[in-house]
This record gives sequence, structure tokens and C-alpha cells, in this order.
Amino acid sequence: MNTYALSDSWTMTRRELAHWARQPVQVVVGLVFPVMLLLMFGFLIGGGRGVDGEYVDFLVPGMLALTMAFGLEGTMLAVTQDLNKGVIDRFRSMPMANGAVLVGRSAADMLQSALGLAVLIGVSLAIGWSPRGSAGAFAGAVGLLLLLRFAMLWIGIHLALVAGRPEMVQAVQILVWPVGFLSNAFATPDSMPGWLGPVVEWNPMSQTATAVRELFGGPGGEAGHVWAAVAWPLALLAVFFPLAVRRFAAPAK
Amino acid sequence: MTDAIVVEGVRKRYGDRPALDGLDLTVRRGTVHGVLGPNGSGKTTLVRVLATLLRPDGGRVEVAGHDVLTAAREVRPRIGLLGQHAALDEELGGRQNLEMFGRLHHLGARRAGARADELLERFGLADTGRKAVKRYSGGMRRRLDLAASLITEPEVLFLDEPTTGLDPRGRAEVWGAVRSLVGGGTTVLLTTQYLEEADQLAHRISVVDRGRMVADGTADELKARSGGDRIDVVLRDAGQLGAAVVLLPLARSEISVDADRRLLSAPVTDRMAALSGVVRALEEAGIVAEDVALRRPTLDEVFLRLTEGGDRVKEAL
Repeated sequence: MNTYALSDSWTMTRRELAHWARQPVQVVVGLVFPVMLLLMFGFLIGGGRGVDGEYVDFLVPGMLALTMAFGLEGTMLAVTQDLNKGVIDRFRSMPMANGAVLVGRSAADMLQSALGLAVLIGVSLAIGWSPRGSAGAFAGAVGLLLLLRFAMLWIGIHLALVAGRPEMVQAVQILVWPVGFLSNAFATPDSMPGWLGPVVEWNPMSQTATAVRELFGGPGGEAGHVWAAVAWPLALLAVFFPLAVRRFAAPAK
Repeated sequence: MTDAIVVEGVRKRYGDRPALDGLDLTVRRGTVHGVLGPNGSGKTTLVRVLATLLRPDGGRVEVAGHDVLTAAREVRPRIGLLGQHAALDEELGGRQNLEMFGRLHHLGARRAGARADELLERFGLADTGRKAVKRYSGGMRRRLDLAASLITEPEVLFLDEPTTGLDPRGRAEVWGAVRSLVGGGTTVLLTTQYLEEADQLAHRISVVDRGRMVADGTADELKARSGGDRIDVVLRDAGQLGAAVVLLPLARSEISVDADRRLLSAPVTDRMAALSGVVRALEEAGIVAEDVALRRPTLDEVFLRLTEGGDRVKEAL
């Protein structure tokens, strides 16, 4: 890190924003995809798997958590594409702060995720989701979701740096799906085979989903999960943030 | 400190294959130095090591007075790099690219913008500054890339095959831009496969082959080293080449014959004596020549001779 870490990171964030301005369609597609997933599960597949209460009140917090977790894919793809461009050589041979390329990416992705979350919440309210918690609890839930996204983002950056090539990303993408679905996003662990329940419950994504269900005051929430939903992402960040920055800064072997 | 680049015995292997095999190189401050070699000779690996992008396995490498291994942070503000692939953000406009790089060089927003405009003007890109780089022609892209390398007037500039893949017009554009740098005090290290390019742009040339330096000097020195002047004789009738080889007052073992071009060529020591001797011998024998000319060896001949020489040494070992 050097004294320019912040301004360099901001410059790199501006770069991503400038990309959006030139590719608005891609941004819109990124925002619409989770909405499609929500509508699919809500209306086509949804059937309240072991849920007491309205399925939509159970599903929406799960979908929000799932969307945050799946953000990992987009981040990973963007980073690998960037790594294989010549411009990275210029960044690396410049006197800029080591992590700025990655921090800029993470800031832009967080901004897009916040936007996506807002759209998804809007659509959810429109299809009948009715959160019952206080405004403070609602804000807390949004905070937990963004924290999960932030942790997944840095896992994504690290995996992209390890994989290096877009072909490898596809392999990781395939693995992300079972991890996303081996959670309580769509169904309660009670409805699953006995051996699967604990796996699903320990999934960091499930912790966040359970905590936000509690905060939103819907079915499937359990008291006491908020701390886990804070601790899990922070623990993941503590591991993957330094790993990613160090890996990016090291000269190629 | 008079040397901008000092490389001593640098080594780098990729698996079994040595890309740099104990290469030495010294480049004087303020000069243009050409590194000439075929594909796979280690030129790009060398540039990546010099630009702090690649860690060598061994050897000492100093750029602008600082060790690239232990003081990369001191080296980076002092260098510019123009790689084989445009190091630009293709999605952004030309001006956006230059402004971004200016900010990353910590010029501040206002100076970064002013510098971007200045460089666009200097490289004849002012009209296309808003267009996305992916819509630029090859020559324009290279010029923008070069402009991006010059944002802070680096002490040392690396140009890795700056004209590979360009059409003649694009090449002329880039050559013009490189020439405009000389005299500004910037040290330029230029790699190329084109002998003409090294001849045109570089004060000194190092010939590399298989990760080693095989020769080093000015273009004239290199030409002289590979056998000095030659005489070329083109006959009207290819059938008379054999007779001419026997008749002409030239060292027979060193004559090369190209039947397709009806050409025979040989090294000479005394230029004028050789010329008049050859003309007289042809007249006496009644052999009609279309052309008789004295010339310096081309860099191509020098290059082939030097790299083949490397082969012979290797085989002898």
C-alpha cells in the first residue's frame, strides 16, 4: 500500500463506471437476470417446501442472499477477462498502489450489486412480498446481504487470479451452482434428507439467508443468526482479501 | 551514471527451455538500442524482466540506476513500456485512456487531462480522442500506446516489436513517433525482428539468439564484422554462371551462386581492384553481364551469419 492507494482505487472505479457508460445494455442484463430467477422460482417452481406462512416471504430473502452469492461469477469473469488484456501489463508496470486494480473492481461491483439489490427488492414488493420488521432491521438485512456480496466478491477475485484463464472460470462457475443451491435459499433444511441438513445449515449463504429472514420478520427466520451472518463473511474476507492482493502484486513466475 | 540499462548474466527458464541464457547487455543513457533476434530468441522475456513484470531466475538487472528485483518501486516511475499487444483499455476512448494513465501516474485530475490532450495532439490523434480504442486502426492504436508510455517522459522506454503486424503506413507512423523521442534524453530499448527497423532507428544493435547475445555494435560495425564489402554480378545467361565462377579473379570458395537470379556474389577486400578485375575478365571471356555492383552486406546477411555462427559453436561443443 502507498499513499495513493485511495486515489488509485478511485481512478480504477471510474474506469469501470466508464465501461458501464459505454455498455449500458450489459449493465441492464446484469440487473434483470436475478429478477428472472426470482420470478421463475416464485411462480413456476415455487411451492413452499416445508415453509410455515407465505412462500414468497420465505423465498425473497433467500433469493436476495443467492443473488449476492452468485455475484462471485460476474466478478470472476470480469477479472479473468481483464487479466488477459494488455492493459494489465501497463497497470502492473506503473507506480500505482498494488491493490488498486482489484479495489476498483470491487467498488464498481458493489455499486452494481447495490443497484441490483434495489431492483430485486422493488420487484419483490411488487409481487406481494411484505417484510414485517422495523426500518432499522430492514437496513440491517440489506447491510448483511451486501457484506455477503463483498466477501464473495473477494473470493471471486482470488479464484480468478488463481484460474487465470476464462476457460477455467467456466469450471468454477459450474461448481458455484451446487454451492448456491445447497443452501436454504429455496427450502428449509427440515425438508431435506438428514445428512444434507447440517451441510446446508453451515453454508455461509444459509446463515445470511436465515439472518435476513429474521430481520425481515418472515418465515424461516431464527434468532441468533445475525452474528454468524456477520462473522462468516468477515472471516472469508480476512483470508481472501490479502491472498488476492498479494497474488496480484507478485511478478509472474 | 552513464548506463541506463545494465544486464549481467540474466537467466530465465520456462520448464526445460531457457528463454534467457546468461544474457549481458549495456545501454548508454540517451541512446536508442536495438535488440534484434528471431521469434523465440528471448527478446520479449528480456523486456518483461526489464519492465519489472517478470522475475528472472538469476543474474543482475539494473534499470535507471535501480535493481529491478529489489527496487521495482523505484524503477516503475522511471520507465515506459510499449508491449507487443496494445496495453490500452479497448472499451474506452483514446483520451479516457491517457487521462486514466495520467491519474495513475499521480499527475492529478487537471494535469492528467491537459497531458492527455497534449499527447493526442502530438501523435496526431486529437480528432479521434473520443472514439473507443477498439475501433482504431493498427497504426493509431500503436501511436496511442506509445503516447500512453510517454505520459511522464520516462527515463527509459521499452518498445517490444513496436511495428509487428502493422502495414507499411502504420510502420512509418510509428517510426516517425519514435524518432521524435530521440534527443529528448529518453533512453529507448527497442526489440525487433526487422533488421531494417534496427538499422533505421537504433544507435547500437545487439543481436540475440536463443537467449544469448551473439553480437553487439553499431549497424556499420556489425556489417563490417560479417565480412565487409561484396561484389554482385548478374549475368544475362544463367548457363554461364559456372564458367564465370572459374574465370573471375575472386576467392572461389567464398563465391555464392543464385541460379534463379543469375547472380553470383563474393566478398572482396580491395574494392576497386576487384571491380576492374571482374569487368575485364568478363569482357575477355565474352560473358555478358547485366549488372556488376559493389555493396555493403545487408543486415540480413549479417544476422544470418551471426546466428548461424552461434549454431556452429554449439555443434562444436
